[in-house]
Amino acid sequence: MSADIPAAGSTMLHVDRVNKRFGAVVAAADITLSIGRGECVSLIGSNGAGKTTLVNMVTGYLKPDDGRIAFDGRDVTALAPRAITRLGVARSFQIPQLYGDLTVLDNMLVANACHDQRLSFWQPAQRPQAIDRAERLLERFRLSEHRARRVAELPGGVRKLLDIAMALTGAPKLLLLDEPTSGVSAEEKFPMMDTIMSALGQEAMTVLFVEHDMEIVERYASRVVAFYAGRVIADGTPEAALGADDVRRYVTGELLAE
Amino acid sequence: MTASATAASAPALARATPRRFGVVLLAAAAFVLLAAAGYVFPRWLTFLLTMAAGNGLVSLGIVALMRGGVVPFGQGMVFAAGGYTAALLYNKLGFTDALGLAVCGGVAAVLVAAPFAPLLSRYRGIFFAMLTLALSMVAYGLLMKLDALGGSDGFNVGRPTLLGQKLPDDRVGYTLYLLTIFVATIAAVAMRVFFDSTRGLVTLAVRENELRVEYLGGSVRRAMAINFVVAAFCAGLGGALVVLSLGHIEPNFSFWTTSGEFVFVAILAGWQSVAAVFIASTVLEIVRSFSSAYFPNTWQLALGLFLLFVIRFLPRGIGSLWTKRRGH
Repeated sequence: MSADIPAAGSTMLHVDRVNKRFGAVVAAADITLSIGRGECVSLIGSNGAGKTTLVNMVTGYLKPDDGRIAFDGRDVTALAPRAITRLGVARSFQIPQLYGDLTVLDNMLVANACHDQRLSFWQPAQRPQAIDRAERLLERFRLSEHRARRVAELPGGVRKLLDIAMALTGAPKLLLLDEPTSGVSAEEKFPMMDTIMSALGQEAMTVLFVEHDMEIVERYASRVVAFYAGRVIADGTPEAALGADDVRRYVTGELLAE
Repeated sequence: MTASATAASAPALARATPRRFGVVLLAAAAFVLLAAAGYVFPRWLTFLLTMAAGNGLVSLGIVALMRGGVVPFGQGMVFAAGGYTAALLYNKLGFTDALGLAVCGGVAAVLVAAPFAPLLSRYRGIFFAMLTLALSMVAYGLLMKLDALGGSDGFNVGRPTLLGQKLPDDRVGYTLYLLTIFVATIAAVAMRVFFDSTRGLVTLAVRENELRVEYLGGSVRRAMAINFVVAAFCAGLGGALVVLSLGHIEPNFSFWTTSGEFVFVAILAGWQSVAAVFIASTVLEIVRSFSSAYFPNTWQLALGLFLLFVIRFLPRGIGSLWTKRRGH
C-alpha cells in the first residue's frame, strides 16, 4: 500500500489532490477529501461545480488527470467501474439506468446476476435464492406491488427507488446517489428520502449523495461538502457548511439575493 | 423473509423449474413427432427439413448474439469451419461417425472463433457486423485458393456411419434427417436453458444498457465473447451436419450471401423463441425451393417480399406470435 493512502480503519474513501479538466473547464481542482465509515455525506454545489465529476471519478467512469482515490485502503484510481463495484462501491444515477423492457423483478435479477461472480449457463436467473433476495430488497424500498410491472410503465419516483435498490443488490460498503430526488414532486421527495434512508439504515453503509435541495440536505446529511468551480468551498456539519459565506454566495444564492 | 414476500415470490418460483421440464417435454414431443412424420415424408421433404435444421443451428447462434444487441454478418466462416472439419476428418483420417463428425465440427468452429472473440467483444453495431463479414470473406478467399481443400470446386464427402453402423441406401437420408433434428433439438433445449440462465439474463441486459451492467459488476466484454463462441459452436455443428447430408463442401459455405441467409432467418424468427428459429429456417427452405422451381431467376424477389411482409406485420419476428412482450 502506498504511504499516501490511509489504512482502511475508519476512512472509507480518501480523495487525494485530484484534478480533472474538460478542455478549459475545471471540473475538479486539487480536491482532497476523506469520508469516514458510516457517514452520510451530501455533495452540494451549482450545476457544473464538479459534484457528479467526483462521483464519476470515484466509480471509475472518469479517470483523474492527477491525484489519487483510495477506497477502503486500496488505490482505485486506475480501476474500471466493474472492478470498483466488485470492491464494494455502488451508485445510482440522476437519470435511472434501468431495463425498460423487463419487469421490476427481472431488473433486480439482472442486478443479482451481475453481482454473481460465476455466471452460469445452467443456473436459472429466476432461482429461489435470487428471487428471495430481490423480493426482500423490493420490500425494503416499498416496491413489492410493482414487481410484475414493466419498468417502462413506472412513474419517475418508483424508477428512482428501483435504481437505488438495484445498486444495493451487491451489499456495497459505499453507496453514491446522484440526485436521488431530482424530477420528483415536492410532496413526494420527503417520503421518498424517508424510504431510501430507512432502506439504507438496515445496512452499515457509507452514503454520499449529490443533492440540490437544501431541505433534503439539512434533514438527511450528517456532513455537507460544498463545491464551486471544481473546488471544495465548505466541509462540515450541515449547519456549519450551509451557513458559510461562500456556500450562501455560490450555492444557495442567499448573499446574492441580499 | 416476510409472509408477503413469500407469497409474492411463489409465482416466480413456480416458473423456473417446471418451465425447464416443460421445455424438455415439448422438445421431446416435437422430436418424436418429426421423427415419425419423417418416416412417411417424401425424400425431398426430409432433405429440405434436414437442411432447415442444419442451417437453423447457425441462425440459433446468431439469435444468441442478437439477444446481446449485435448481429454477425460472417457466420459463414464458422459454418464453413465446421463443414470443412467434418469433410476433412472423413476424407483424410477415415473418421466416419456422423455424430462424432458433427461434434468435431462444432469444436473446430469454436477453435476458429475463440481467438477473435476478445477483439469482436469490443465492437457493436455496424462495426461488429462488418468485422465478422470481413473475417468470413478472408476465410472464403483462402478456401478458394487452397488446392489442398479443393479450391473453388470444393470436394465430395462419402456416406457417414452412425454409432458403428453403416447406413443403407434406402435409409441414409432418413437417418441423417433423424440425426440432424436430434442434434437441433438438443441444441434448442440447451439454448433455451442458456437464455433463461443468469448468463442469458445478463446478455439481455447488455443489449439494453451496457453501462449499468458494468456498474452492477458484470463484464460486458466477457458476456459478448462467450456468446460469440457459443454461436460458433452452433454454426460448426450446423456446418458439419449440412455437409454430411449434401455430400459436398465448397468455399461458398463462407460466402457473404450464405451468412446473409442465416441472418435473414434470425430476423425472421426474432430473438425470443428458439423454436421460431427452426420454423423460420424451414420457411426459408420452402420459399427457396418453390420459388426456385416456379420463378427460377427471381426467387430472391419472393424471399425479399416475404421478409418485408414479416418486418411490417411481425417486427419482433415469428416468435412474437407466441411469446409475451418482455425480455425473455
